[in-house]
Amino acid sequence: MAEVRAEMVANVWKVVASEGDHVEDGDTLVILESMKMEIPVLAEDSGTITKMHVSEGDVVQEGDLIAIIG
Amino acid sequence: MFESVLVANRGEIARRVIRTARRVGIRSIAVYSDADADLPYVREADEAVHIGPAQPAGSYLNAAAIIDATRKTSAASVHPGYGFLAENAAFASQVIAAGLTWIGPAPEAIEQMGDKIRARNLMEAAGVPVSPGSREPVVDADAAVAEAARIGYPVMVKAAGGGGGIGMGAAADSDELRAAFETARSRAERFFGSPEILIERYISRARHVEVQILGLASGEVVALGERDCSVQRRHQKVAEETPSPGVSPMLRSAMLAAAVRAGEAVGYRGAGTVECLVDAEAGSFVFLEMNTRLQVEHPVTEMVTGIDLVEQQFLIAAGLKVSFDPAAVAPSGHAIELRVYAEDPVRFLPGPGKITAWSEPSGPGVRVDAGYQLGNTVTPFYDPLLAKLCVHGSSRSEAIARAREAVAAFELVGPKSNLPFHAELLDSPDFVSGDYDTSLVSKLRS
Repeated sequence: MAEVRAEMVANVWKVVASEGDHVEDGDTLVILESMKMEIPVLAEDSGTITKMHVSEGDVVQEGDLIAIIG
Repeated sequence: MFESVLVANRGEIARRVIRTARRVGIRSIAVYSDADADLPYVREADEAVHIGPAQPAGSYLNAAAIIDATRKTSAASVHPGYGFLAENAAFASQVIAAGLTWIGPAPEAIEQMGDKIRARNLMEAAGVPVSPGSREPVVDADAAVAEAARIGYPVMVKAAGGGGGIGMGAAADSDELRAAFETARSRAERFFGSPEILIERYISRARHVEVQILGLASGEVVALGERDCSVQRRHQKVAEETPSPGVSPMLRSAMLAAAVRAGEAVGYRGAGTVECLVDAEAGSFVFLEMNTRLQVEHPVTEMVTGIDLVEQQFLIAAGLKVSFDPAAVAPSGHAIELRVYAEDPVRFLPGPGKITAWSEPSGPGVRVDAGYQLGNTVTPFYDPLLAKLCVHGSSRSEAIARAREAVAAFELVGPKSNLPFHAELLDSPDFVSGDYDTSLVSKLRS
């Protein structure tokens, strides 16, 4: 099981992958936006997304959980 | 002169405009979002009006809220700063229709220059050199490939209504071009509300050099020297200097003359910037775009000329003469601006946060235009610019030496900061030699 966390304070611009999706290492899960920059959050492992913790428009803090890949 | 100015902006540029307003006796009015209530510019203005939520769409991009704030405060004029609504012709028209003085060029000039394709065509007609590129919007990826075949690779793909490097991408072949086109189009729609794309020949070993112009109330257009903005990451400027070490006196006079022609072609009034790409080896340049507002990096021009550009904007907007003799502008020494961004110095990723230590450098030739102070929180809602650290010296080497000391003396804890990058830049042989181009930052990171 891998936890994907936010690297910085940001807004969630797009949620690309959904719960139940199978993702490969390097696939984009969500796109964050901070300070006019888009920051893709990538899967660091392949597996199935068991939980997506964010929705579009959310504000995440550094270290907040974004998704769990089982 | 008008009695008051509402600054439709935030952070360092709002504070910068308020400082000159105070000096020349104009009442200043700040506007602020939920995120910015504690910033220095809000306190330093004579009055401040809350205009909306942190998200820019509801506040600094909300023309109705800003016009409403001008009514509440009986503001006589509006200074837009840069970014947000500064190059929005519809907003300029609304300000004028409300009976206020717009501190900027006519809405028609903003519109003509805001569309990069129209601007290129206009400049070409005015005898300003342009690189081979689109004369009309490129509608899809197939059309882009056909257009690139005519222009020749490598090409640069851009949003016609864009700016700030957002959505820009270079392509060396048709596969890269298709990818760059799709990226540019989605960014163009999202950030600029227009999907129009243009393609230009990409000059890979080029310097990015711009000319400061002022369109005077009399109709005359004058050029106040150039700024070299070749230190860029993600096509966004990180450091600027004047004069440009890569521009010969002959090239400089050709560029300044072309910039004056560019301004005259649109009947330009106020402060504007003509951006060019310079091929230093060939000694040639092409027009890139014109920014119809005060530029972020305007302080370096102020430091070598001794001219307060914001004061000139006020005077010109009021229909008055500028405070200096346009025929006797004599730049002296060398100036460098370092943009202090809330981002990590290696990957340049944003790093907002609360400022727990902040101490600005000072001393001869040092100027800091900061938007924040100790105790402020840098939020993710706006661009990462914390402060502009500017230095002046009698020579380029003296300016670099002062810049090194100033960077070392700038204490900043809390948000991430690119100050370590600036220390590295000022020690890099390529920067120190002056012989660098827009690939400098990627070379430092390879």
